[in-house]
Amino acid sequence: MDYRLRIDGQDHAVSVPEDMPLLWVLRDVLGLTGTKFGCGAGLCGACTVHLDGAAARSCLTPVSMATGKEIVTIAGLSSTRVGRAVQGAWLAQDVVQCGYCQPGQMLSAAALLTDNSDPSDDEIDAGMSGNICRCGTYQRIRAAIRHAADELSA
Amino acid sequence: MTGKAVQMGRREILKTGALAGAALAIGIALPARAAGADKGGQAFLPHAVLAIMPDGTVTLYLPKTEMGQGVHTAIAMLIAEELEVAPSAFSIDIPPGDSVRFGDISQSTGGSTSMRELWAPLRQAAADTRMALVMAAARKWGVKATDCRARDGVIHRLDETSRLTYGEVCLDAAAWPLPAGTALKSPDDYRVLGKDQVRLDGEAKVKGTAQFGIDVRLPGMLTAALQQSPVFGGALRKVEEGAALAVAGVRQVVALDDAVAVLADNYWSAQQGLAALEPGWDEGPHAQLDQSAIVEPIVTAVSGPGTEAFNQGDVAEAMKASRQTVEAVYQQAFQAHAAMEPGNCVAHFTGNACEIWTGTQIPSAVRKQVASATGLPVEAVTVHNFLLGGGFGRRLEADMVLRTVQIARRASVPVKLVWSREEDVRHDLYRPYYADRLVAGLGEDRKPVAWRHHIAGSSIMARLYPRYYKGVDGDAVEGAKTIPYTVPSRRLEWTRQESAVPTSWWRGVGGLRSAFAVESFIDELAVAAKSDPVAYRRDLLRDPRAVAVLDLAAERAGWGRRLPEGQGQGVALIHLWDTYMAQVVEVEARENEQPRVLRVVVAVDCGQPVNPAGIRAQVEGGVVFGLSATLFGEITVAGGQVQQSNFHDYRVLRMNEAPLVETHIVDSREAPGGMGEPPTAAVGPALANAVFAATGRRVRTLPLARNLWV
Repeated sequence: MDYRLRIDGQDHAVSVPEDMPLLWVLRDVLGLTGTKFGCGAGLCGACTVHLDGAAARSCLTPVSMATGKEIVTIAGLSSTRVGRAVQGAWLAQDVVQCGYCQPGQMLSAAALLTDNSDPSDDEIDAGMSGNICRCGTYQRIRAAIRHAADELSA
Repeated sequence: MTGKAVQMGRREILKTGALAGAALAIGIALPARAAGADKGGQAFLPHAVLAIMPDGTVTLYLPKTEMGQGVHTAIAMLIAEELEVAPSAFSIDIPPGDSVRFGDISQSTGGSTSMRELWAPLRQAAADTRMALVMAAARKWGVKATDCRARDGVIHRLDETSRLTYGEVCLDAAAWPLPAGTALKSPDDYRVLGKDQVRLDGEAKVKGTAQFGIDVRLPGMLTAALQQSPVFGGALRKVEEGAALAVAGVRQVVALDDAVAVLADNYWSAQQGLAALEPGWDEGPHAQLDQSAIVEPIVTAVSGPGTEAFNQGDVAEAMKASRQTVEAVYQQAFQAHAAMEPGNCVAHFTGNACEIWTGTQIPSAVRKQVASATGLPVEAVTVHNFLLGGGFGRRLEADMVLRTVQIARRASVPVKLVWSREEDVRHDLYRPYYADRLVAGLGEDRKPVAWRHHIAGSSIMARLYPRYYKGVDGDAVEGAKTIPYTVPSRRLEWTRQESAVPTSWWRGVGGLRSAFAVESFIDELAVAAKSDPVAYRRDLLRDPRAVAVLDLAAERAGWGRRLPEGQGQGVALIHLWDTYMAQVVEVEARENEQPRVLRVVVAVDCGQPVNPAGIRAQVEGGVVFGLSATLFGEITVAGGQVQQSNFHDYRVLRMNEAPLVETHIVDSREAPGGMGEPPTAAVGPALANAVFAATGRRVRTLPLARNLWV
């Protein structure tokens, strides 16, 4: 099937099976490798992208459901005010370790802050518990989300 | 074996791969020139790790693998301090695997060895390089080197009449012999070491441009999905290729003795092809193997005699004379590594050469193993290394690379093999299942006068380094052979007990297992002695650095303060990997509920801190890693197969379960200790001790969450 995808503000045409997950269209068909493969089952959040501003697990999102939507990956996150605040906060709090899960973490955080500009600790936990970090950067992610929230409300 | 022979053996081990438990070579030096880093005479190559170009570029060739632990930043700091450049000034190069290039410095990364190994030689190399540049400037000016000083990549005359950049003098410096033995800075003059440095790889990782092995794409490359024999030791019996080849995008099916791979234009198509295959397996000798048949011999072993690993005094006599004895058996589960980046490798085999692209902790050992597996000379094998999406010891093994090479040899194009998460969990090389039995005799003063410890489990050292295995696994007994506490008579025994489950290094290595057993047991002795766990430990310590971290953690945690019902504090102390660490865990444990870790207070003396910001990050992350293993981590076997497959049944800590971690670093001028393993090793026993304080239940068999309320 032929699909048009709008990814990080750019239009792409792909010809792939309709059930092919967006993750593999991004990584293997288009060569956009910023979005990561972690579990293939929606359990770890490493593959998180935005579809029309909402966080989605691209490993479980068939390409047919992503067409016609505004897809944002880590490469395009800085195009929004919230995205820039999140990335700035991630640097300010020196969050990353291995960094592999962090694109997904930042996409989830940006979606959380878009919905809720001043999340409580419990709301941060609820919004972020779908994203696993094996290096254990959770404490700094929490701090970075608060940092970004402060930045956005300033 | 003489002391010298032991040291040589360990040096060999450092160079060939595993680092766990290995003593550090003293006085190792870098080769004077960078082999394989030829800049055509247009650069100053003072040492294997550095190249300085006339345009001022200073390239740092990283001799260690960055897997999240911050070694890139720490290495840059070691060199920056003595070279007099900013840590952020380097252009970073990840060199290919090469066992010659870095001389005695091992290209392997693991066992918390990097700073301990590199502390002396890298600072010396940087100081000698700075001196060469200063001397070149002094020659130009016709003054003495002592009339010049270097700062931020610029050489100044002390009278400030002239200045030259490193780029301007580098080719002149290259034409002269490199100075040796340049005096190193006094710690009082440090401008970089001991100061917080943000990660140098942070920006690329935040922007999403950092490249991991799994991101490699080559022209004409096919991507492969893999299924290995579900049963350990099984073989592929039959496979009908047609069903897979009928899937759009599938190009080839590769049948191996014990696995089958489907090669396709992309990973999704490869997975679809694999799903269509329905291969048949001969399950082999382990088809009936269940967890109990693996565990029972390990647990049984520790109640009998083992091979002596250490003996001091007459334990049997001392035990008889003691007033009271305490005994406990601890069991620790198989663990998968479950790094976020699943196993992957790209291999291109052309018949007379093999090129590898992968993220590995052992690039030079991988190169040798690929050469050995293919029959190619080592020079015909190239191993390109990348950032790792987590290592934790998993990438101290070459199995994933060798599997990819098997497949690539049967293809005419480069092949990228990607493990599904399910394959990654089911075909890991697991942290061994261990049993520890401890018996102590307490004297009139309730202090231990006799101590007997027997460890049983798989030996990683015996598999990897059979030449050096003399009946005792030196890694497995680390942290049990030497303990922080004074006990007059002490005996340690070891029994190697293998099963069909393959085992390997896992963050914390042998010391982690010892720490759980020893630190749980000393807590039990404190209880038997009706003594406070901190005070009881303190009375048995001689080393002031151990006392200092114990006191610091207790003080900062508010040890002994009144806690709400259902909460408890637990402490653990370790001296491992040349680092002293004490942790106090605060937990809430309500009946029939999963314990909730509220707060972890960590005091650490790891010698001279290189990057305090990096130390705090390792503490925070290592604590979370250790809590995952202690609370949830458990690989089990039924019918010869691993029963877990993904993050739903191999649970790891998520954000809502992550405690607040507070790190307190002791200022020290001692040589640096390791920081990768200690936080993971110390948190498990501190948690179990806290759970005991909260509930009165002593959990001796891990994982804790499953065994607490049974």
